[in-house]
Amino acid sequence: MTRNPARPMSPHLTIWKWGPHMLVSILHRVTGVGLATLGAGLFTWWLAAAASGPDAYAGFSAWLGWLTGTGYEADRDAWGWLKYVFGLAIGVGLTWAFFQHTLSGLRHFVMDIGAGYELRANKLWAVATVIGALLLTALFWAWIVMGRAG
Amino acid sequence: MSAVSADEGDPGPGKTMATPLARVRGTGSAQAGAAHWWHERVSALAVFLLFVWFVVSLARLPALDQATIAEWLASPLAAAPMLLLVFTTFWHLQMGLIVVIEDYVHDEGGRQFWATMVKFAAILCGTLAAVSVLKIAVSGGAA
Repeated sequence: MTRNPARPMSPHLTIWKWGPHMLVSILHRVTGVGLATLGAGLFTWWLAAAASGPDAYAGFSAWLGWLTGTGYEADRDAWGWLKYVFGLAIGVGLTWAFFQHTLSGLRHFVMDIGAGYELRANKLWAVATVIGALLLTALFWAWIVMGRAG
Repeated sequence: MSAVSADEGDPGPGKTMATPLARVRGTGSAQAGAAHWWHERVSALAVFLLFVWFVVSLARLPALDQATIAEWLASPLAAAPMLLLVFTTFWHLQMGLIVVIEDYVHDEGGRQFWATMVKFAAILCGTLAAVSVLKIAVSGGAA
């Protein structure tokens, strides 16, 4: 694409004061890309492993264990801790991305029918998707941890 | 269909200096621009409903080992929505990725290249996932 540098440019992202709607907009993209790559890859692998038999599924489960923080016992060296935290970050990140993309996607449905553009309502629901996603992620992992304990 | 009305002066072929391509570009949209936007929404709704089913179903399973998953997907009542979930999810995600590519890849060649790569990858992974579901469904869960 060619651009005439003499022409004035429209104001870009950097000059606006950040608001929750901008955050939710970019989060929807980022989480969407994360789910479409890492999430879809993991999902495909899960199904392929289930279809290939117990051995392949054990290989997948070991990786999933890394993402859920299981399969590592108490005596971790520095490398073990790094691996543990990194895996858990991806696992928690993916579930958060799932909830955030779902909630901001539902918000998109409302806005697509032309509702929720009033400043206050728009801000309220933008903030609600962020808090809701964090809450659902916390609940999900609390449930996983409880299930493991129980 | 033409966005240019006669009195705005489209002189027709042979009476203009514009190339045929420039004439086509000047005619406006092909009335198909909303399809991608609409498909993104329709697939989003389908993916949402199917994922509610998926998450609830997984939560209701007694375990998530291979035997339990295979036994669950051996039932047509699980395999059918699962196949739909695979199809709609990959349909939806390749559309979303292509929108991102269209926004951030500025040269036309690169845009076409990455959009095609995304489509290939989505079809490859989606087919792999679908064949896996079908294999379990048809073989009755015996690996």
